[in-house]
Amino acid sequence: MKVGIIQFPGTNCEYDTQHAFASLGCETEILWHKNDAIPQGCDLVVVAGGFSYGDYLRSGAIAKMSPIMKALKVYANNGGKVLGICNGFQVLTETGLLPGALKRNEGLHFISRHHHLKVVNNENDFLRHCSIDQVVNIPIAHHDGNFYIDSEELQELYANNQVLLKYTDASGNIDNPNGSVDSIAGICNKAKNVFGLMPHPERAIEALLGSNDGKAMLEGFISA
Amino acid sequence: MKAIVNVFLKNGVLDSQGKAVHHALSSHGFESVKDVRVGKQIIIEMNETDSATAKEKVAHMCEELLANTVIEDYEIEIQA
Repeated sequence: MKVGIIQFPGTNCEYDTQHAFASLGCETEILWHKNDAIPQGCDLVVVAGGFSYGDYLRSGAIAKMSPIMKALKVYANNGGKVLGICNGFQVLTETGLLPGALKRNEGLHFISRHHHLKVVNNENDFLRHCSIDQVVNIPIAHHDGNFYIDSEELQELYANNQVLLKYTDASGNIDNPNGSVDSIAGICNKAKNVFGLMPHPERAIEALLGSNDGKAMLEGFISA
Repeated sequence: MKAIVNVFLKNGVLDSQGKAVHHALSSHGFESVKDVRVGKQIIIEMNETDSATAKEKVAHMCEELLANTVIEDYEIEIQA
């Protein structure tokens, strides 16, 4: 299992992501954004979190113009698996690989804390080791995590089981930290090979550091 | 030739920053404020002589990068 992790100027979660997948036994490679190809043999490409290009213009907007994004589109359109975490999710919506957009948090604050999430769909590689309605504890750290999608496209997401995770409290009741439509924290594309979420599963792999709930999520990609 | 691009959230997409500014103005006694929207302005200097061509190119830039048309609208003004 080989995981490629894309690095833009301003990305800052690439090494956490690398550590997380390496600890699960994966071979990993950091992919600089100027590369114009995804290396042969990558089973998963992660667009890691951070602040690509300082969030200038809009979060993820300038990153989508990088050479590697053209290659990533081809990779994804050929069925390659892609995971966007936090800024990576923003980059994937900006690129059009995932629907919707991420707006400024409704309360305008940067939010950095652990948050509970409820699993909405598990018939996909990402959440196949989780059960429906399972509540997981995963850190969030974002300023622009307010997921927006129009009502027509939202219905499509539900109809195709593309809504993956919602923000909740510890009991699984909706608890929306940032104003996201229907409290949505993570989605996938229709073909179920491109995944995006604002929370950071790669920061939840050690119980000692607050939670290891992210481990089962990332493990879903391994030998999937 | 200069292009002035204004980018705003679409009508119907909640503008949290506009709402916060509106609230701040109202609470400072500016009671006549009815609505506030916060957007951004991008000023582009161009090597173009024809304003129609310039506008067409800037519209392309807006679609590609300057605006996220899922949530934002844009207006372009060309100055000679």
